[in-house]
Amino acid sequence: MTELLQGVLVAAGIATAVLALAWASSAALAVGAGRPAAMALGDPLLEVCRLLRQRRRTTVSADVALWRLGGWGLLPVALLLGALVPWGEEALVPTSLGVVWANTLDVLVWALVWLLGWGANSVAGLVGGYRFLALALGYELPLMFALVAPAMAASSLDLAVIAGSQEGLWYAVWMPAAFAAYLLGVLGFAVQGPLSAPAGQETSGGVLAELSGPDLLVVRVGRHALLGAGAAVAVPLFLGGGSGPWLPDPVWVVVKALVLTASLAYLAGRLPVLRVPRLLEIGWVVVLPLVVLQDLVVAVVVVR
Amino acid sequence: MVETSGVLVDIAFWVCAAVAVGFGVLVFVVDSMARATYALALSFVATGGALLLMQQSYLGVIVVLMMVMEMAVMAVYMVMFMGMNPALMPMSMVHSHRWAIGAAVTTFVVLGSGAVLVPWPTRRGAPSPDVTDALGRAIMESHMLVMMIVGPVMVATIVVGVVLSSARTRYDRFGDDLDQPAADPPQEVR
Repeated sequence: MTELLQGVLVAAGIATAVLALAWASSAALAVGAGRPAAMALGDPLLEVCRLLRQRRRTTVSADVALWRLGGWGLLPVALLLGALVPWGEEALVPTSLGVVWANTLDVLVWALVWLLGWGANSVAGLVGGYRFLALALGYELPLMFALVAPAMAASSLDLAVIAGSQEGLWYAVWMPAAFAAYLLGVLGFAVQGPLSAPAGQETSGGVLAELSGPDLLVVRVGRHALLGAGAAVAVPLFLGGGSGPWLPDPVWVVVKALVLTASLAYLAGRLPVLRVPRLLEIGWVVVLPLVVLQDLVVAVVVVR
Repeated sequence: MVETSGVLVDIAFWVCAAVAVGFGVLVFVVDSMARATYALALSFVATGGALLLMQQSYLGVIVVLMMVMEMAVMAVYMVMFMGMNPALMPMSMVHSHRWAIGAAVTTFVVLGSGAVLVPWPTRRGAPSPDVTDALGRAIMESHMLVMMIVGPVMVATIVVGVVLSSARTRYDRFGDDLDQPAADPPQEVR
């Protein structure tokens, strides 16, 4: 019984952490895009209040089941990503295959965002959905090969083991290409910043075009939560997990996740939106070979 | 394994199996490409769950990963090639109805009777303590040759598929002598 209660408490803590990261992402992105900091911090609250009261709008013969599945699925994916992160000694869901699970969860976003665009039965949504799949092809392969590098260096797919094997030197330092490709992937599956073409303004919001009220709210929270959770997974993967002086491990994980989320979101806010074919070319011609080369370097170091 | 948790695993396994079959049936019942595709995806996710319960964790996760990705891409091709352009216009998901049912029932009876009637051999040896590690070793050691052949064949299939379906070539993009600056966007809408 106490074990169950403890589990529920930890789950609530992780949900709070992921939502806090989502807030940080939202605020930092707005600041990056030029909004004054005080307003950027308050905006999420105001938006929550506004959208909770907004009336639900619908379109003609929308596929409501798929549409809602796509929209309401994003936040649970982010929370599950959070559950994989070893915040303290262990993750809420301790698994020896944390890296593969993280990859699987980010692939679920492929389905969810496309369904979000499809379900609304609107041109803008459909355009956004297709754009997302094209983008996903561009960022996912480099992301997958980026995940190989830390797993190979630690000889484990367990996030806690990977975090523990970076004593002295963070993987982000000697695997910069993998780290960068991973962060690009995080922006991709969070549909933010330069990779936000699926929700682009020139298509009146793309996959978001027909959403309203709570449905829009969960999607917006979900996207920021995905950015935050993606950054939190990067902490054990590339930033040494909970290692650090003075403070206890969980605090260091939260601090690192928060700083990484805020910097990534700020950068995302600063950068212009990339057109889809451009990212495909960068992703496959530049980033993918670089990451494969990175994997080779890591493999050589490990074998030597 | 403790007795009660064994029962729970059994129940979970049968739930996964029922969900897998149920959503598999739904693929042919629903009237939309997107619903059919994602019903199939859910069916595969349940199959992945069943694999997880058989303690084949890596295979289970990979089935979920690959199948969701595959179905996401397949939905695009289904909609594109099957002419379901006015989104969400209902259309039947079956064709050659009688033949299909006949083939399905025959296959089920053959495979099912095989599973039930063939005397199963008793287990020899024990599973490896780390099945993921064992799988990796099998792929990279004893089955390396198969993997080395399958890999290039798959890549070649993908490349050929894309080349055949693309209306434009590098000559459209870089000019007749391949010396022009790259057209941007690379694929003109014509």
